[in-house]
Amino acid sequence: MKNRNDLKKLSNLVRFEVLKMSHAANAPHLASSLSCVDIITVIYKKILNFNSENISCASRDRFILSKGHAATALYAMLNHLNILSREDILSYTKRGSLLEEHPNPKLPGVEAATGSLGHGLSVGCGIALSSKINKSNFETFVLLSDGECNEGSTWEAALFASAKKLNKLTAIVDFNKWQATGRSQKVLGLDPLVDKFHSFGWDVSEVDGHNHDELETCIKQKNKDKPSMVVAHTVKGKGVSFMEDDNNWHYRIPNQSELEKAKRELNIK
Amino acid sequence: MRNAFAEEITTLAQTYSDIVLLAGDIGNRLFDRYKESIPERFYNCGVAEANMTGVASGLATNGLKAFTYTITPFNTCRCFEQIRLDICYPNLPVTIVGTGSGLSYAGLGATHHSMEDIGILRTIPNLQIICPADQSEVRLSLRAIYESNKPTYLRLGKKGEPKVHDNDPEFKIGQAIKLWGSGNIKILGVGNTVDLSIRCHNLLKNKGVDSEVFSFHTIKPLDDNLLNQIFNENCYCIVVEEHGLIGGVGSAILEWANDRGFETNKLMRFGGPDRFLSAVGSQESARDEIGLNAESISSKILNRMRSV
Repeated sequence: MKNRNDLKKLSNLVRFEVLKMSHAANAPHLASSLSCVDIITVIYKKILNFNSENISCASRDRFILSKGHAATALYAMLNHLNILSREDILSYTKRGSLLEEHPNPKLPGVEAATGSLGHGLSVGCGIALSSKINKSNFETFVLLSDGECNEGSTWEAALFASAKKLNKLTAIVDFNKWQATGRSQKVLGLDPLVDKFHSFGWDVSEVDGHNHDELETCIKQKNKDKPSMVVAHTVKGKGVSFMEDDNNWHYRIPNQSELEKAKRELNIK
Repeated sequence: MRNAFAEEITTLAQTYSDIVLLAGDIGNRLFDRYKESIPERFYNCGVAEANMTGVASGLATNGLKAFTYTITPFNTCRCFEQIRLDICYPNLPVTIVGTGSGLSYAGLGATHHSMEDIGILRTIPNLQIICPADQSEVRLSLRAIYESNKPTYLRLGKKGEPKVHDNDPEFKIGQAIKLWGSGNIKILGVGNTVDLSIRCHNLLKNKGVDSEVFSFHTIKPLDDNLLNQIFNENCYCIVVEEHGLIGGVGSAILEWANDRGFETNKLMRFGGPDRFLSAVGSQESARDEIGLNAESISSKILNRMRSV
């Protein structure tokens, strides 16, 4: 799938899958999932080197969804890649299913147990360091939320990655400017986020987190001595007009008519 | 113990290329030999224990066996959630090494005491907990941990602990080591209190009372065989630990016994009280303050024997 429109279509399909899962399971974190769908689409379709038929292959690139509450976006993508089945998706949150509201490390395609925020970047640092020690060539990618940048451990990891020159580590912040109960700038003053990571010794770029071409270019940029940080400006609830930038959708569940309306907006046949 | 740890982890890492040692800005000169011979597998992670634990997890997901090393409370209480989620939930072969456990650093104040670590860590599924008694057990336990391939907490003292074993004993995770003595009083020493347990045994012997001393080095999994024997034979079970009584090893054995319907009036627990210890001076004086000495323990055992 190389065509720009195909990628956009795929993002919309993932978005609708996310909405359906939230509706069927009565599970929240919908808007947080929608904001990172484009990033996840580009990561899996344009960046990651992996074999979906051998997802545990040692040479694969690693992707950690550190903002584990956006699990449905990951599940929908893993389903598109046939790593999770249709049946798996339908089992989301049901008794006996490993598809919980936050990624379970037993699931194929899940590299770390996330959901409690502030863990993914440290684990990603360890994976990137292991690649260095073992002289492997794979890359490690970690997707963070802006709320997650409240956690001290995220900044411990930021110091570590820079000090140990983890140049095969790329982190992306899904910077949708909201966290669970308020504007991230108001809660703990994240701005200037780019300058913060820059001063921590990262190679930092800024991008429109919904522009696939820009995302691809930025995420592919590497510095030979530094870890890379992509601050992706996004909109919470992206893709559904009545959810966009409305933080009520951090917890709200769409009803049947809202689901239908969203389906039309996403141009799903 | 910490010197024995440094020597043995160096030897092991020279043998096995999957070992990585992470330190939390501690052990000045302690790991010089390691760093000189295997610099590519030693990382000073700085004063950032939560991140160090997560990094260890990441290393382990890719086939390496990581050991994180720093002062006990910082490597346990401070990063409980990283141990729980990054290591134990995915069941990865990472070893958390706590140095200066219990009251080893008594004089440094309550910030450096660790009287809660076993209590919190033994609640986490998948985690082995091992408290070696002396240098010999440190070396043997490290080898056993390496081979076990499981998440482990290794609780060390600091340095200069008395030698318990003249020769290396047989060491198996989950199997206490019988030291000496006999009779129906079984004294279970835990880590750096095994030497104290031996002194209790000697004091009781002077009063004509026989007892048998064990190095009860594994807290998880508990030694079912030994405990079954002790409780089935209605023996006294004396647990001596440099840890708070709440949640400690005695507490674990009390739960074990109760779950199996055993009487527990011959179980006696010796450890720390439910308060922070202040102005306690040396490790020995700190122990005196909480009655963790041979005189106090042996006299309480004799009193219990008279009342049961």
